[in-house]
Amino acid sequence: MADLNDLTRLSASELATKLSSGEVSSVEATQAHLDRIAAVDDKVHAFLHVSVDALANAKRIDERRAAGESLGELAGVPVAVKDVLCTIDMPTTAGSKILEGWVPPYDATPVAKLRAAGLIPLGKTNMDEFAMGSSTEHSAYGPTHNPWDLDRIPGGSGGGSAAAVSAFEAPLALGSDTGGSIRQPASVTGSVGVKPTYGGVSRYGAIALASSLDQVGPVSRTVLDSALLHDVIGGWDPRDSTSLNEQWPSFAAAARAGAAAESLKGVRVGVIKQLDSPGFQAGVSQRFHEALQLLTDFGAEIVEVDAPHFEYAVEAYYLILPAEASSNLAKFDSVRFGLRVTPEGGGTVEDVMAATREAGFGDEVKRRIILGTYALSAGYYDAYYGSAQKVRTLIQRDFAAAFEKADVLVSPSAPTTAFKLGEKLEDPMAMYLNDVTTIPANLAGIPGMGLPMGLAPEDGLPTGFQIMAPARGDARLYEVGATLERLLEQQWGHTLPSQVPSLG
Amino acid sequence: MTDTNPGAITSEVVSHLASLARIALTTDEIEKLTGELGAIVNSVAKVSEVATDDVPATSHPIPLSNVFRADVPGVTLTTEQALAGAPEHDGSRFAVSAILGEEQ
Repeated sequence: MADLNDLTRLSASELATKLSSGEVSSVEATQAHLDRIAAVDDKVHAFLHVSVDALANAKRIDERRAAGESLGELAGVPVAVKDVLCTIDMPTTAGSKILEGWVPPYDATPVAKLRAAGLIPLGKTNMDEFAMGSSTEHSAYGPTHNPWDLDRIPGGSGGGSAAAVSAFEAPLALGSDTGGSIRQPASVTGSVGVKPTYGGVSRYGAIALASSLDQVGPVSRTVLDSALLHDVIGGWDPRDSTSLNEQWPSFAAAARAGAAAESLKGVRVGVIKQLDSPGFQAGVSQRFHEALQLLTDFGAEIVEVDAPHFEYAVEAYYLILPAEASSNLAKFDSVRFGLRVTPEGGGTVEDVMAATREAGFGDEVKRRIILGTYALSAGYYDAYYGSAQKVRTLIQRDFAAAFEKADVLVSPSAPTTAFKLGEKLEDPMAMYLNDVTTIPANLAGIPGMGLPMGLAPEDGLPTGFQIMAPARGDARLYEVGATLERLLEQQWGHTLPSQVPSLG
Repeated sequence: MTDTNPGAITSEVVSHLASLARIALTTDEIEKLTGELGAIVNSVAKVSEVATDDVPATSHPIPLSNVFRADVPGVTLTTEQALAGAPEHDGSRFAVSAILGEEQ
């Protein structure tokens, strides 16, 4: 049984209330999470690096609060940072040997915003190398283990961030989502994660995987906590030319409105036929339909929508992503940062570059760079990359038609619960198909949220509910998500994350 | 698009791609990748089924016109910061081995 005085069991919002009232100090809250990391992270391996400055930073926030300074709502709350985001005071490796020990000369914008808002970075979380994967098994530093079952994957690429929040090592984390790397880990670890509208959060200082798909977003145990974090990290950044220069509403206000809603009357919830597949795990489909019934009982109108081109989404994605990645990863050239390996007997700068990339990149990274190089080759460009970009148009049209009929679109966040470590490692295509539910939102640039919808009856593991909204409609996710979260918790009589094994 | 019949993935193709991508793959890696890439390419080739001539390509999810900033100096890294992560430098420049080989 969890200790009710254990500060790590509080949501970020609850902790923030205790911090602002002075009941708890940031040093106490930070120490509690560092203690938890020390106690369980040898089993979970969510962290690649734990900050040595966290307590000093927490002390400064306590002093500023004591001095009467007006601080942000989350000031003093600890947060974990996915290792894809540059941090000036901590190594940033993106899960790769090629960047082992590299300390960036600047902070990523979302990290700079965390610091400005007074949050306390606890450390850097594990991930598939350069965010290529759905299991964290492609991390050069070993996999993260799912806190619900240590023999299973925590999802990927952001398995470290999801495992950190679900193991109560941090109340909040940052993730990045290129094809589901926030939402799929949330699904298999019973946590909440949001991929914002493309351009809603700056990508400056996020080590790029596929620039037209990548988006940084919040990871947490509650919908409100993700909203609070999204409010901190979002907004225009002149350093990211794809960042949207517009005003965003308060997502925390949207989540609070959703949690207080008395009915969903007038809300049209679209079920995407292609993502309610008989091929999904039975317990996932069962929990999904029970959640739909809950929404119906609360007044929502359920409509079925057709997205005929979604069946091409995974294929288009695995052409566009490798193509963009092969270009983005060209920067790892052994000259400006990271590893340098000189071949035996020396060689030209090109020989050194090739030897370095051979030694520094893992199998999945090599696989995708070679695939991307192939897809961009003269003669194949139109057939592969060109066709994939056309599929992207068709998927956007499917979404546009669906949003004519529905205010939000929903599906399971992932087709199955967490699979066993090692199970899909030797079959790349099987691993890729795992992303079928999450990839369409990235291709279209729209926002998506994953939140827990219960444990699958057959294996007792978490399942996730995905909500998608039109571009710029992120507030709608928080509103509907917070309503569904409340309805589910009323039914269960507890939160889902509270049911995770103690690991202690 | 169906008139384009992409060539098979052979070990020679993979070896050539690896040299273009500047990765010194081992022979074993080339053999393994040849099989894996063949399977992946066969699967992803499905995109050409629906990519007809009348469908425009989308390269970017949210349309934006070109983005310019004011033409004034911004905050940049110092030389020391820029060189801090380099495997080798001489204090003001990145250091590399020979650019050209002997036969060039």
